[in-house]
Amino acid sequence: MIGASDVAGERMREEDREVVDSEKMISLRDLRVSYGEREILHGINFDVMRGETMVILGGSGSGKSTLLRTLVGLERPSSGQIWIKGQDIAAISQGEMDEIRKKIGMSFQGGALFGSMTVGENVALPLREHTRLEDSTIEIMLRLKLEQVGLAGFEYYMPSQLSGGMKKRAAVARALAMDPEILFFDEPSAGLDPIIAAGIDQLILELKKAFRMTIIVVTHELASAFLIADRMVLIDKGNIVAIGPKEEMRSSTQPRVRQFLDRVAEPEIARELDYLQMLTQERGRRGSGVA
Amino acid sequence: MQVVSQIGGSVTNSLAYVGSLASLGGRAAYYTFVGPFQGKPLRLQRAVSQAMDVGVRALPILSLITFFIGLILALQSAYELRKFGALNLVATAVAISMTRELGPLITAIVVIGRSGSAFAAEIGTMKVTEEIDALETMAISPIHFLVTPKFLAMIVMLPCLTIWANSMGILGGALFGVAQADFTWGRYIQASIDALFLRDITTGLIKSVMFGITITAVGCLEGLSTGAGAEQVGRSTTRAVVMSIFLVVVVDLVFTMLFFFVSGV
Repeated sequence: MIGASDVAGERMREEDREVVDSEKMISLRDLRVSYGEREILHGINFDVMRGETMVILGGSGSGKSTLLRTLVGLERPSSGQIWIKGQDIAAISQGEMDEIRKKIGMSFQGGALFGSMTVGENVALPLREHTRLEDSTIEIMLRLKLEQVGLAGFEYYMPSQLSGGMKKRAAVARALAMDPEILFFDEPSAGLDPIIAAGIDQLILELKKAFRMTIIVVTHELASAFLIADRMVLIDKGNIVAIGPKEEMRSSTQPRVRQFLDRVAEPEIARELDYLQMLTQERGRRGSGVA
Repeated sequence: MQVVSQIGGSVTNSLAYVGSLASLGGRAAYYTFVGPFQGKPLRLQRAVSQAMDVGVRALPILSLITFFIGLILALQSAYELRKFGALNLVATAVAISMTRELGPLITAIVVIGRSGSAFAAEIGTMKVTEEIDALETMAISPIHFLVTPKFLAMIVMLPCLTIWANSMGILGGALFGVAQADFTWGRYIQASIDALFLRDITTGLIKSVMFGITITAVGCLEGLSTGAGAEQVGRSTTRAVVMSIFLVVVVDLVFTMLFFFVSGV
């Protein structure tokens, strides 16, 4: 039976959640990114709220990875604003950017673990660089982080001794080392078998639940995206095609969204495939005719 | 007109390249000499480990090469000196050639082959596997983390290797001196020491420090500018070796001219 105080407490927590959730962690305003003369992102606008998991969807070459790299400061925008925790990272100094980077974590597609260091040294690196913690405390923290990602006892392994899924988990542990407020994932399930990929999805869900982190995931894996996302943004040729909660996205009737979600090939590619099929059938017929 | 534009383009590119090298060297110098006083400690452990790679592990091959070079120098000088009955000057010729020029140069070339290429390959691979990006997203400067320890190791180890190379070269010359020119081992070494002025050794050592800076800057810059894909790592490594050899020769020429025309040594 739920008591009145429990109800009041629940309501308060709900209200707190409302307040916290309405805080914008990331805001993009007319973000444009170019490589030389070529513009890759043509004016991107969206917000990510605290505690939200935003999945950035898009095909190959759509600009989604460029967007992620820009969000973590690896690419400089040609114009526009990127507000992270109230600071426009497009207009701040390197020192200020480094301060923001200490509050974010990034898990790269291939893990990007340092091959010359053990898993433990990889996870401990940000702590050794940015804190004055004792070695014994760092040791405890790295074990804790490895435990959180299901890699307890692997601190003395070299990255080359880990499987693809374990590497990604170790990379997440390293990204979690500084207790970040925002966590970025680049293609978390790419190159993994479905079971391991599901494990990574589960890990993202657990992190969200346990730490109420703001999570940005770039992926083109639809099943994974619909499992972990609160909201989704679909990017195509450097523009936002659709943005909204995953339910809205799932029921969208917009042709480009439907094409992406229903995995329909581009008309030109489909025509080329038909042509190839026609050629092979023709050859097959000739072959059987000769025989 | 097109030729002029091509020459202009090449000159601009070369200047930009030298500018990038200077900028990288400047930042590494900042982290080495200024950073420690601004709360950015030197990574001595990494520098020591690099010094082992650059220096200690290069000793066997460097010893062998410079011993042979000393022997070759003695043979070549004896060919001419014999005509004047001045075979006893072989020790002087070998000692001066080794300390002023060949010791530093051969050491630099061996180090380019062993370490300059390794720097480019290591950093290039890290670039391809997004490890450099990972460092940046963790607010760790790749220059501070990767380049500075290499600079430190190179600046310390290259002069040490050069002194060793000079000694091995003189020893190579001594083999000829003892076998063909009526020297004893002791007399040959004494003759070499008598022939040398301190400036012969110091000019060589100054050059070796400059070579160390050049090799590290080129190796690291080529690594950091590696494009996507494993094939690019190979290209960066090759470029690092070729550019390092070229620039070491240029630096050698500049400093030799400087010593000759400015200080008369």
